[in-house]
Amino acid sequence: MKAVITGLRRVVALVGLPIVLLLVWWFASADSHTAAMPPLKRILKVFPDTWFGERLTDDVLPSLIRLTEGYCAALVIGIVAGVAIGSSRTVRAFVEPVLEFLRAIPPPALVPILFLIAGIGDTTKILVIIAGCVWPILLNTVEGVRGVDPVLVDTCLTYRVSGLLRLRTFVLRSASPQIMTGARQALSVGIILMVISELKASTDGLGYTFEQFQTRFQYPQMWSGVLVLGLIGVVLSLLFRFVESRVLAWHRGQRAAERTSL
Amino acid sequence: MNPYRSFLSRVGTSPALLGLLGLGVFAVLLEILPRAGVLSSDYFPPTSRIIGALWRELGRPDEQFRPSLLTALSDTLVTWLYGLSIAVAAGIVLGLIIGSLPLLREFTASTIEFLRPIPSVALIPGLIVLLGVGREPTLVIVVYASFWQVLVQVLYGVADVDPVARDTARSYHLGPLRRVRYVIWPTALPYVMTGIRLATTVALIVTITGEMVIGTPGLGDNLYIAYSGGDVPVMYALILVTGLIGVVANTITRAGERIVLRWHPSVRGEVAA
Repeated sequence: MKAVITGLRRVVALVGLPIVLLLVWWFASADSHTAAMPPLKRILKVFPDTWFGERLTDDVLPSLIRLTEGYCAALVIGIVAGVAIGSSRTVRAFVEPVLEFLRAIPPPALVPILFLIAGIGDTTKILVIIAGCVWPILLNTVEGVRGVDPVLVDTCLTYRVSGLLRLRTFVLRSASPQIMTGARQALSVGIILMVISELKASTDGLGYTFEQFQTRFQYPQMWSGVLVLGLIGVVLSLLFRFVESRVLAWHRGQRAAERTSL
Repeated sequence: MNPYRSFLSRVGTSPALLGLLGLGVFAVLLEILPRAGVLSSDYFPPTSRIIGALWRELGRPDEQFRPSLLTALSDTLVTWLYGLSIAVAAGIVLGLIIGSLPLLREFTASTIEFLRPIPSVALIPGLIVLLGVGREPTLVIVVYASFWQVLVQVLYGVADVDPVARDTARSYHLGPLRRVRYVIWPTALPYVMTGIRLATTVALIVTITGEMVIGTPGLGDNLYIAYSGGDVPVMYALILVTGLIGVVANTITRAGERIVLRWHPSVRGEVAA
């Protein structure tokens, strides 16, 4: 009986407030005659027709593919360059101020320049995403590689662990919590850039669809788009947390062990 | 001893000098590569032309539909810092309240987890319709995006309170306000500073985004105007300015963090003892 009550309580805690908020939205907007703020009922009514048709394959999918391509490229570039820079004190001191400056540039500011350089095709949109995502990953990798345990550095030397084995089992492992922090920051920047790279001069994608709805005054469809983007954000963050818990399983176990041994 | 060699060895050991050298090499490369034709100078103007464009922009008065650089800069700073302050204040207050009440924390967790990843740009079309293209819509997305950074960090911080200190405060019958002041706040402060640092960066990114996409006056809007006019050196000059703002912001927040963390361990030490 007690288990049932705790379970019930958990469910209420999980879905209680969201349901209350949705109900408030539903009833508060029910009699809305402001064109820009349609009732939630209408937004939900246009939702299936708007998104479960060609738009899913013609707009949502291309956006997500570009995001994935750009994000993965940024991961590879950021980690490779980060390990290279972080491993050498001299290289790090040499490039750090330049990196600090490049990192500080808000990535959206680079969008128009990249449009000029690479035209307005898919390449540009992916470049925009890379240009924004690479910095948090790169700088966190540098920090992570720099902060490796000196005792383990000596251990690797003593046991002649070097080359790829050292990189895989020691350097990347030690830096992985930091790298994941950078990857998480990069993901939210990536979603923003995915949308704004499509707002201007585009023929498909979520950002393009948004722009279309807004200029054609299709407000219920536009708000349903906000819901879609919100859902994408939530799903991607859940996906990220799943990957993170797999990658960092050893780390969490170690932290817990350290805590209990204290 | 060869003075040239001694200079090189000094540079080799001093990170600051090496860093300056790095910046110098970067600037020189950006000057030489376009001039030598390796990079197209149409799209990659040499450093000297960017600096020249920046200089001309600094001297240009306000024009209709194209505010001067200083006007745009101050517009950007106002939107950014205004939004950031609202987000930080709201994040700290709500974070302390939600974090201190376990029941509230339990019931809001799922909502926070759902609202936080919603990208701020998703709100832009709706906000343009509701609020127009002035400062307000940009301010809203800046507050929205940076609020979560602060709130989540404050929640982490409040959860990190030492159980012994909490029990001690309870034994001494500290009231809720004093408990926040003497137990929760000192523990949460490092997290608050991290939240502010993250929020500062996010707020600047979103401010520039809002200015570019919505058309709110500021550097982002000027950048878009320069893009429409095909004025590449001015675009680079404006990007340079936004980057400098970012560097200054990072330096300030990091210095602020150091000042806070300087007294923090001593307080924790006393609490633990």
